[in-house]
Amino acid sequence: MSWETVIGLEIHVQLDTNSKIFSGASTSYGSEQNTNTSLVDLGYPGVLPVLNKDAVMMAIKFGLAINAEISRRSIFARKNYFYPDLPKGYQISQLELPIVQGGSLEIQLNDGTKKEVGITRAHLEEDAGKSIHDKFSNQTAIDLNRAGTPLLEIVSEPDIRSAEEASSYMQKIHQLVRYLKISDGNMQEGSFRCDANVSVRPFGQTEFGTRTEVKNINSFRFVENAINHEVERQIDRLENGDHIIQETRLYDPDKDETRPMRSKEEANDYRYFPDPDLLPLEIDQETIDKIAQSLPELFDEKVTRYIEALSIKQSDAEEIARNMQIAEYFEATLDHFSNDAQMVSNWILSEVIGVLNRENIEINAFQIKPKRLASLLSRVDDNTISSKIAKNLFNQMLTSADSADELIKQQGLEQITDEDSINKIVVEVLNEFSDQKDQYLEGKEQILGFLVGQVMQRTQGKANPRLVNELIIRQIKN
Amino acid sequence: MKRHTVRELQDMIADQSVSSDEVYQLYLNRIKAMNDSINAFISIESDETSSGTEENDSEIKGVPYALKDIFCSEGDKTTCGSKMLSNFVSPYDATVVKNLRKKGTIILGKTNMDEFAMGSSNETSFYGNVLNPWDTERTPGGSSGGSAAAVAAGMAPIALGTDTGGSIRQPAALTGITGLKPTYGRCSRYGMIAFASSLDQAGILSISAEDAAIFLEHMAGYDHKDSTSSMEEVPKYTEFLNDNLSGKVVGLPKEFFDGSLDSKYQGLVSDSIHEYEKMGIKFKDISLPNIKYSVPTYYVVAPAECSSNLARYDGVRFGHRSSDDSDLDAFYKKTRKEGFGQEVKRRIITGTYVLSAGYYDAYYLKAQKVRQLINQDFLNAFKEVDVIMGPTTQQSAFKLGEKVDDPVSMYMNDIYTISSNLSGVPAISHPIGFVDDLPFGMQVIAPHFMEHDLLNIVHKYQMVTDWHLQIPGICRELDR
Repeated sequence: MSWETVIGLEIHVQLDTNSKIFSGASTSYGSEQNTNTSLVDLGYPGVLPVLNKDAVMMAIKFGLAINAEISRRSIFARKNYFYPDLPKGYQISQLELPIVQGGSLEIQLNDGTKKEVGITRAHLEEDAGKSIHDKFSNQTAIDLNRAGTPLLEIVSEPDIRSAEEASSYMQKIHQLVRYLKISDGNMQEGSFRCDANVSVRPFGQTEFGTRTEVKNINSFRFVENAINHEVERQIDRLENGDHIIQETRLYDPDKDETRPMRSKEEANDYRYFPDPDLLPLEIDQETIDKIAQSLPELFDEKVTRYIEALSIKQSDAEEIARNMQIAEYFEATLDHFSNDAQMVSNWILSEVIGVLNRENIEINAFQIKPKRLASLLSRVDDNTISSKIAKNLFNQMLTSADSADELIKQQGLEQITDEDSINKIVVEVLNEFSDQKDQYLEGKEQILGFLVGQVMQRTQGKANPRLVNELIIRQIKN
Repeated sequence: MKRHTVRELQDMIADQSVSSDEVYQLYLNRIKAMNDSINAFISIESDETSSGTEENDSEIKGVPYALKDIFCSEGDKTTCGSKMLSNFVSPYDATVVKNLRKKGTIILGKTNMDEFAMGSSNETSFYGNVLNPWDTERTPGGSSGGSAAAVAAGMAPIALGTDTGGSIRQPAALTGITGLKPTYGRCSRYGMIAFASSLDQAGILSISAEDAAIFLEHMAGYDHKDSTSSMEEVPKYTEFLNDNLSGKVVGLPKEFFDGSLDSKYQGLVSDSIHEYEKMGIKFKDISLPNIKYSVPTYYVVAPAECSSNLARYDGVRFGHRSSDDSDLDAFYKKTRKEGFGQEVKRRIITGTYVLSAGYYDAYYLKAQKVRQLINQDFLNAFKEVDVIMGPTTQQSAFKLGEKVDDPVSMYMNDIYTISSNLSGVPAISHPIGFVDDLPFGMQVIAPHFMEHDLLNIVHKYQMVTDWHLQIPGICRELDR
């Protein structure tokens, strides 16, 4: 029998606010344990939550970007359960009337096909603290720094049909929240996490199969691995005549397997009810309109603009725009050098990204700022230096604070474009390598590269290679 | 022994016939002399000062008050009447406490109460029940029984309490003093340990309505730390006290006068109505048809909220902690079993049940709908009348132990008071006479944010009667 996979994703995005969603405590990552905690985060007797407006604005931004409806009135509810890293004994979340309802996102698969994934809802909630089980033997340590950090939980429709689709949907959401600047999307720090609801059914069947929820997925690779593994497990069971148990399973990336956490029978009854400490959240149209006007240019618009206004190859445009910080770097470089956008794109995609990958850094930490790169590329563009020398200078600029012009001047690297002086060297080379010259005349045209190389060597690479080419051919044919 | 009102203390301090330190010592001495017989205080704050007052010209500077032990006060043990918080020292001040501290008032001590404010007789307190100064075999009411008894016995000129279903008005009625529950949202709930968040409201237990007016003005107001507090401006309540009552229309709900009230209490109610008529007030029969559902509605909503509000008492960060931490479940169970009393457990279990999957719609959601209907009854009534009056309770103080094993009968204590919490409207109880030497109270209910009307009406009554000035015999004995 052939099986169809049905997947829905729940993505938890930590919103990049300065303070927590219901208290004034800082949200900065990596502080000493239990220092970013106010009495509200600690769940002290008598304290009350106060909603952080920035978190609300960010949720609205997200909703508008996925063409969803922003609820004019939404409700915060308490999700009740006991756990030591949940100080109040309940998590403030949204159940009925979430702030964002009914949007969608278009994803692109590796083969270029596009697909629309529905987004049921996105709601605001607070994160729990962390339980640390491996620090003390037989004891669990609690760190409440994370408790109360704002989360946006984004719930997709069960529209996803493969692990690959799930991964590209997750990447698209990741890209979107970074474009909107509502999250740093840092997966190592847990700012972006995902649970997957997975089921299979025979092709053609309209009812969904019994699903399992796979938790603890924090990378694009793991989402594929976890789903593939879970689908395989479910198909195996069904083909052996077993049932799928509706349960929550944990993905273990070390062993690349999922294992059961708790079944539906032993699942918590969360006893949701509207939080009486918080009034319903009312959002007026004016606020929504204002945020709509402030939305940044998003991926698809950017790619179109790069192709149409800047004449960049589609694949390059997409690759530049894929990461908003790279796109910003690209555009900042163009602010200082706009003659040849394709050249800027080429340099960023090969040289700049090469360094980022090699040094494992983000573009924000990259040593050569857009203005310096622009000055280097301007000198290539006006033929002051060759691309080859430019690449050499680029490497020097990684460790030097000097501008391209200063380095060119210090090292006397201006390109030789004077025909007479190049011609002298060409004649010299042809005399010395007359065998190669003859081979060329006999039709072995590849030998030209060797001759050009000889000329370039004698000019320390400063001769304009296009001109050298031309002059050698002219001399040989004379 | 003489009981001083806040008004009198203000005058005495202002004309320097007594210093605020002397006033504070006077009350501390009374507390020390009487607390063994009344058990009104859980802790006595004997080293407080009014120094550091930001406002030196405050009209209540130097006035001491008793604080229900449900309010957090910085550096003070704050138990909420529970073993669970028997070791809890609050690191911060509740907003109402902070507001009063800024005005130079001084905390005398933290008063006894039903555990987590759940009870109507003060018998659920971990610290032993409070005794009614009028008859120490009887309850002072609850849950603010300690605050009520302290004011009635002259151990404090005025006290703060909280009222979730009648917890200020019922003990005020049973101890012969004045008890005001303001509109929901009038006073900040920040720092007031939550029982049922949508019903809890801080208020005042005092000798007179005038004293309540003086204090409320300084306590109330919007607080950005409490999202449910109101931005409605706080009026100068004392300026309304002497307004003419002629032409005011009072509604008498037939549901409060259905014949179930004993005739000896009915007589007192009729007498007070007659007194009000002499001031030009008109009375009118009205109906609040859904009010009969108040008690069941309340006993769904309040336990539901409390079951969640009290989840934070898990022994992990503060409060009682079981010594058995062999595994997490056992630790939670033991901590909460040891730390909470029977009534609190009963309500947590009830609340957990009504919020459970499959029962939520039938109980919690239904109760919320009935609550809307009850609120609508009040809104409709207030189109016809200015305020509503009726007895505060069905009887005067009952004997300790009488109802402790019969929770439903205990819950019926609040039959007249609960509806104003469900609707959020303000209400005040004031003494209107005695039956068998025990005080009895009448309640006045006004539309939202019309506290000044309540205080005005009761003040005018207290100008021509002296029920509120009667002093329990035990206080006179102490002087001999």
